[in-house]
Amino acid sequence: MALPLEVRGLCTTLFTRRGEMKAVDGLSLSVGAGETVALVGESGCGKSLSALSVMRLLPDPPARIVGGEVRLNGRDIVPLPEEGMLAIRGKEIGMIFQDPMSSLNPVATVEKQIVEVLLAHTDLGRWQARARAHELLELVGMPDAARRLDEYPHRLSGGMCQRVVIAMAIACSPSVLIADEPTTALDVTVQAQVLALLKKLQADAGMAMVFITHDLGVVAETADRVVVMYAGRKVEEATVDDLFETPLHPYTAGLIGATPVPGAARAERLADIPGMVPPLNALPQGCAFAPRCNRVMERCRQERPELTQPAAGRLVACFAAERG
Amino acid sequence: MAGELASPAAPPRIARGSSRRVAALRLLRRRLIQAVPLMLGVVVINFVLIQLAPGSFLELMTAENQVSDPATIALLRTTYGLDDPVWLQLVKYIWALMRFDFGFSYRQNIPVIDAISVHLPATLLLMISSITLALAVGVAAGVVASMKVRTFWDTLVSVAAMFFFAAPSFWLGIMLIVLFSVKLGWLPVGGMATIGGTSAGAGGVLDILHHLILPTLALGLFYAAIYARVMRSSMLEVAQLDFVRTARAKGLSRNQVTISHVLRNALLPVITILGVQMGTVLAGSVVIESVFSWPGVGSLLFDSVSSRNYPVVLGIMVLGSLVVIAANIAVDLIYMWLDPRIEIR
Repeated sequence: MALPLEVRGLCTTLFTRRGEMKAVDGLSLSVGAGETVALVGESGCGKSLSALSVMRLLPDPPARIVGGEVRLNGRDIVPLPEEGMLAIRGKEIGMIFQDPMSSLNPVATVEKQIVEVLLAHTDLGRWQARARAHELLELVGMPDAARRLDEYPHRLSGGMCQRVVIAMAIACSPSVLIADEPTTALDVTVQAQVLALLKKLQADAGMAMVFITHDLGVVAETADRVVVMYAGRKVEEATVDDLFETPLHPYTAGLIGATPVPGAARAERLADIPGMVPPLNALPQGCAFAPRCNRVMERCRQERPELTQPAAGRLVACFAAERG
Repeated sequence: MAGELASPAAPPRIARGSSRRVAALRLLRRRLIQAVPLMLGVVVINFVLIQLAPGSFLELMTAENQVSDPATIALLRTTYGLDDPVWLQLVKYIWALMRFDFGFSYRQNIPVIDAISVHLPATLLLMISSITLALAVGVAAGVVASMKVRTFWDTLVSVAAMFFFAAPSFWLGIMLIVLFSVKLGWLPVGGMATIGGTSAGAGGVLDILHHLILPTLALGLFYAAIYARVMRSSMLEVAQLDFVRTARAKGLSRNQVTISHVLRNALLPVITILGVQMGTVLAGSVVIESVFSWPGVGSLLFDSVSSRNYPVVLGIMVLGSLVVIAANIAVDLIYMWLDPRIEIR
């Protein structure tokens, strides 16, 4: 059976006045039913644009998919016309966004916003859709769900707004759920609740989930596999245990080293990765990470390392890692 | 997924609307209370301004009627209370206003309120029809321009808006008369009804509407131009917001998203401007009324100023302010209805 989501060689380019920039460069990714794949990297590495490419919701102009395939349950959706995508978004793929407060229409009730997606994709009548919206709110653990249906978003907390957004995303039982930093804007305690909710919903429905984050703590908690991105390219892929135990790419090692560990001596300075992510229109000739890398070799500045498979289920694009 | 939660009955609709109605009533009450000192200020300022104007209506009145007898003039001065100190005249005027007594119009020989109430409906009709036209045309043009941004239609709307924004309303009025009345002969040149025509029943209403078209266009297109520009940029701005992307992620088409998510949010700045402009619409109607001989308070004001009929001038100012304040309260309520985030504590 085809995987719920399979991305092959996805290339998304930004066409700007200052030239073309490869925001996503040959990304491949596959997510099985019930599996969670985390997409990790610094701001601007192409995580969100990858997600929007999969949804075919890129801001065009300037962004456009220029190559690759996005297979949804075996069907490539890249060549589909916009009308074809209407039946897929919200039904086969659901998406959760970063800032729940601004993700909801301020002048529409919670009910209207949930019912809308049901009316678009199901045969439910107005009244049945309202009943289903109520069920969904209870499913996502909304306190006092019946009353919330008639509320406007400004009356809800960030966590409650995110629950509404999640309810809308799973309303039509999609096979793929994309969560783009769903907990970044929330309080830590609420973060934990939302993560637990997402994991439970995913387990119950067997959804494939792509979890975009820059928070490695969240990755450790939710993901089965991790894809690390740098400057638009995948630099490492591994199961979550392998990744944290033996990060192969110096960038991954840097990210893990830069994560504060509770209980560590306070005087100990937190490791960081020197320098900044290079701008996409001025990528160095060789490995994009070379200028910031602590294991850089002469070869890294000349050639760009391709992905290699050092062990089963692992991928890395690094000359230093190849040498061991 | 929600199989274990198979509850077929929809939850009862909680009366959320009623709490919003309470909030609206509270807003109404607050605005009405605020209106009292506002009106008082309007009366005082206008009264003082007219006192500052050179000459009194008595001079014109006596000169026109060739009265030169000092005793008669003195009698008239006492009759109209002109010998009282200004502050006492003001207090008397405010006291009279509280009993809806706006004074006496010497020229028409009727109470001021009667003189104005003959003309006020015509002005209100012109204002309402112009604002309606401006909103309908402006909002529609703005929506079209924003949906077809950087295309022929967008440019067309921009150019048309620029034209009607720049054209002085009296000039536009005259051009409309030249085109539609003189050249084409489709619409009447001016006035509010056909002389000698039926004024009763449906025929009369149609006749008035027929006369209303050109003044409405002349007054309303200026505001339509403003609303089109504001609506276009507001639509484009709202379209960038996160919730629009959320709506598209639900599988709604671009048109559905525009109508059910962007439009209502984008209307808010237009409604704000509408409230601010109520006063200028009234002022603009004065000009348009004289171009089209529209029998509203504008022409009455014009006549009254030139004949120094100050009680009528003052009365029009006060009633005009009342109309503007009332219209602003209405706009506030509309705004509140459109945007649930506005809640008065």
